[in-house]
Amino acid sequence: MKIRITDRAKITPRDQVLALVFSIMAGLFVIGLIFLAFGVNPVFAITKIFAGSFGSLYGFKETITKAIPLILIGVGLTIAFRAKFWNIGAESQLLMGAIFGTWVGLNWGPHLPAPVIIPLMFLAGFIGGAIWGLIPAFFKVKFAINEVISTLMMNYICAEFLTFLIVGPWKGKTKFGFPYTDDLPESAILGLISGSRIHYVTLILAVLTVVILGMIVYKTRFGYEVRVIGENPEAARYAGIDFFRTTLIIMAISGGVAGLAGVGEVAGIHHYLSYPASISSGYGFTAIIVAWLAKLNPFFVIVSGIFFAGILVGGDAIQISLGLPAATVEIFNGTLLVFLIMGDYFLKHKISIER
Amino acid sequence: MVKKIEKLEMRGISKSFHGIPANQEIDLTISSGEILGLLGENGAGKTTLMNILYGLYQPEAGEIRINGERVRISSPLESINLGIGMVHQHFMLVDNHTAAENIALGYKQAPFLFPQKKIKDDIVALSKKFNLEIDPLKKIWQLSAGEQQRVEIIKTLFNGADLLILDEPTSVLTPQEAQDLFRVLKDMKAAGHLIILISHKLDEIMDLCDRVTVLQKGRIVGHAQTADVDKSTLARMMVGRDVIFDIQREKMPPSRQVLRVSNVTVNSDKGFPAVKGVSFDIHRNEIFGIAGVSGNGQRELVESITGLRKLVSGKITVNGKDISNQSPRKIYNSGVSHVPEERIKFGIAPGLYLYENAILKQHHLKEYSRNSMLAYGNIKSHARSLVDAFQVLAPSINVQTKDLSGGNIQKLILGREISHEPDLLVASHPTYGLDVGATEYLRKQLLKQRKAGGAVLLVSEDLEEIFELCDRIAVIFQGEFMGILNSDDPQVSDIGLMMAGSLKLPAA
Repeated sequence: MKIRITDRAKITPRDQVLALVFSIMAGLFVIGLIFLAFGVNPVFAITKIFAGSFGSLYGFKETITKAIPLILIGVGLTIAFRAKFWNIGAESQLLMGAIFGTWVGLNWGPHLPAPVIIPLMFLAGFIGGAIWGLIPAFFKVKFAINEVISTLMMNYICAEFLTFLIVGPWKGKTKFGFPYTDDLPESAILGLISGSRIHYVTLILAVLTVVILGMIVYKTRFGYEVRVIGENPEAARYAGIDFFRTTLIIMAISGGVAGLAGVGEVAGIHHYLSYPASISSGYGFTAIIVAWLAKLNPFFVIVSGIFFAGILVGGDAIQISLGLPAATVEIFNGTLLVFLIMGDYFLKHKISIER
Repeated sequence: MVKKIEKLEMRGISKSFHGIPANQEIDLTISSGEILGLLGENGAGKTTLMNILYGLYQPEAGEIRINGERVRISSPLESINLGIGMVHQHFMLVDNHTAAENIALGYKQAPFLFPQKKIKDDIVALSKKFNLEIDPLKKIWQLSAGEQQRVEIIKTLFNGADLLILDEPTSVLTPQEAQDLFRVLKDMKAAGHLIILISHKLDEIMDLCDRVTVLQKGRIVGHAQTADVDKSTLARMMVGRDVIFDIQREKMPPSRQVLRVSNVTVNSDKGFPAVKGVSFDIHRNEIFGIAGVSGNGQRELVESITGLRKLVSGKITVNGKDISNQSPRKIYNSGVSHVPEERIKFGIAPGLYLYENAILKQHHLKEYSRNSMLAYGNIKSHARSLVDAFQVLAPSINVQTKDLSGGNIQKLILGREISHEPDLLVASHPTYGLDVGATEYLRKQLLKQRKAGGAVLLVSEDLEEIFELCDRIAVIFQGEFMGILNSDDPQVSDIGLMMAGSLKLPAA
């Protein structure tokens, strides 16, 4: 018996939907096995996850809250991934945005009204994330340093830098010795939709970003150049597209929007800087799956962002109610990503068995 | 150990790709001590057939018999074990390893530790036997194409090949190297090996082969003993009609100079000079051809003119304007278009739609992009007119470009490159791998471009194409021009010698 792998000649939209559905089903099946190993009824656990996130108004509001950073980061990643720039550093681009935004909020906030300070904080956050994204981009175009390694390592540098700030120079006087900064002033704090933690300014910003980046990818010259680079870098060079410049812009955007998410988390939820793991619960990594599930289409990121936010919220719910370990959600997400990527492979290739 | 191959038969072999038949009911026989030619144009199905024999593809119907016994070959490994070896047109060697290491790779009797040391002596002995001289300790990238080919041949012999398949073996060789190869093959034949030679060159087939099988569009159109036929008969069998292209090249009066290349030196990727002090010019209404065996600096020269490679020294002007070391976009804007070699690797973004590829180099022009937004209305109508004007066969302009055939991709690229009336068109191997119809069409388009007042730089390995189209012909060898000839110069018959580097004309 032989297994033979050939390229699939034609891929219809129907095949794409089927591949997606099967990947998710297969992923859920394997996740179910893991639940079973923990002695938990898998059907019950998976139902519980989605009931926890979409089944109640409270759960749904929490889902939207967590979808905000996922959508922002995810949509930025679609641009980077389209150009085949594998940005694994969105987690620290978010943190750098949070650091820049917090500095502006803490230092200028007391003297400025909300309509002035809040845009300034987002601007600073964008710049912070963009700088952190530009460094590995520069290394890649200038010295051909693999961006997977460099963006990943930048995460650790930024996390340690943030920790240094909160235990050292930025440690708050009002925090009783805890490693936190002081609270942001009133004017620098984002309003919430009442009865929820949804900071609507960031939500609106996220939706706007999706629309703008969607337009950029499909309608502008820049988006065209990004797609050509991603499809065939040799052809891009031949066509006179400036690889250096385009890659830098891509990473400024991708890092910058992750930075916006960081500002949203601090100014909307936490109100002060604390340990990296509490500012972001791995949003920068989960957003990789969000972008992938959206097939790198910026508009689909809204759907996939809400879906994965739901899993985060539902995961919290089963942690509490079923007593599963905290890593459950990460296993859940990781397993789904593996199956989504496999689904992509089976979509593009045909497997036949010969006897 | 398997028995030596005395006779190999392929019977009723059929294979198709995406519903398009590549081989239909092919029968073929070869016996020990015989050289069989497999003749056919590009795309006739020769390579597909041999890839089936080598285990890379599975036939949909038919069987293979060795010494009368039916065999199944489902992978190259099984094929090697049966005593079949293949030398591919593009060598399958690891560039940064030595010849010995490459041969040791996949050699079953190689010891686990330090294999290259143990087999170095064996290599020398074997290469002596068949006059396959190589230095086993040299790295592959330091070897010439001919030497690399010898490494490939030794590799197959090491793996115990009785039957050797050679896919277009002379396409990368100088005539001298080709003669050496032929001598080796004749020695191997005398030693009882079976050899299948894939070629579209009639001379080689006549020189070397005992028998020839002719393929056309995936079918066998004839078998013959080479002693019983002449070249024109074979040519007719191969093409299915008399090979007389009815392309007429009108005389054009001398005209204004467009391109001027003065004393240009360019380095290869490895940093060695690949083009050494080349000078020439091209005028309006002129096609200037560069003939030569590929790998003699053609690619580097073209890339230096189109802005993809930096000049070491020298100067290039277009219409009197210096374009040396300008960006590809600036050079395009100065009126230089480029049909690149390896069209799929350089010429298109395969996953983008046809209409998006129709503006690949022009997307920055005002017609297609306003305030950095792309004007998709104009782009689509441009794509539609290209598809119509250049006979691109496509179901619609909304298909992914990778779904088009090679010939249609090339028509699209050529159309795209000449639709904006460039002053200079640089075309590298524009008809390589295309069928007769597409080839003829593309050649006519180049002549049309010439007639319309364009200057054309044509780089081709195909001498027939060069003679048919060019007003002047330069022959390049190891990065130098061996001479520039007018197409009506009686000395054009010496082009073969010039390509081999054994004749250099004094500079005019």
